[in-house]
Amino acid sequence: MSTNSFTLTDEMREQSIGVESEPVSMAIEQGHVARFAEAIGDDNPAYTVGTPETGGIIAPPTFLRAMRGIRPELPFEAPFTRLLDGGSDWEYFGHVRPGDTITAVGRVEDIRERTGSIGQMLIATIKITYRNQHDAIVATQTSTSIRY
Amino acid sequence: MGAQIYFEDVSEGMELPVEVRNPTPRQLVQYAGASGDFYEIHYDRNFAQSTGLKDIIIHGALKNAMLGAYVTGWAGPASELRRLTVQYRGMDYPDEPITAKGLVSRVYQEGQSNLVDCTIWLENPDGQQTTPGTATVHLPSRN
Repeated sequence: MSTNSFTLTDEMREQSIGVESEPVSMAIEQGHVARFAEAIGDDNPAYTVGTPETGGIIAPPTFLRAMRGIRPELPFEAPFTRLLDGGSDWEYFGHVRPGDTITAVGRVEDIRERTGSIGQMLIATIKITYRNQHDAIVATQTSTSIRY
Repeated sequence: MGAQIYFEDVSEGMELPVEVRNPTPRQLVQYAGASGDFYEIHYDRNFAQSTGLKDIIIHGALKNAMLGAYVTGWAGPASELRRLTVQYRGMDYPDEPITAKGLVSRVYQEGQSNLVDCTIWLENPDGQQTTPGTATVHLPSRN
């Protein structure tokens, strides 16, 4: 539960912005892509057999969520135990295909403190950049995480 | 998937066809497995209720994926999704219908791209927009 003893100082904020996660890599597998498409209820053949337009199999737009543990560590302790996902903003620059290896790095873009209906909250904006094996950025995902 | 939509066929204010989905606990388990998100609030009712929820809830990321499928399914096989945003404003529960709706908010060209911005959202059975979002897609031209 939240307490009211926590204060986000300017110094903590400055130390946090720009902090990056360790890089996380994942090999993209055809079976995994197909299972993900089935799980989200999307029967688009681009994800299972490929289409002329996509030039082979591609991954669904949010497939990269399957890369876990991309967490920049905040350089301070905060007394919050609960975590809410506030949303995401994805930008796409290229397809992700079976056979690719994607490497993701998360970066703290912003952090702020607010008090709302659920009490005191620490709101972090994290931008994850996903690059393929050719070092080309295929997508970015900017998400808002709320600790309370 | 619907037929191909062409850039010339869309105009601002045009509505996307309404789609109703019925996610089940089984689908949440499938999504947990496929995404690796095994947080128990999505499949263990006792756990979910111990955190104050009335039932297990749909993963936010699954709702994000549903909106992605909704807009790319409408735009057709030769479209390209350039941007997808989503906000989680409310909980959604399995075994309840969830309705995807949308409308075209902007039609414009940028460089070689024919772009369409859409406002999209998911509604719960009470008609509340639990999951608003936006999408930008490139559409092919008839010319």
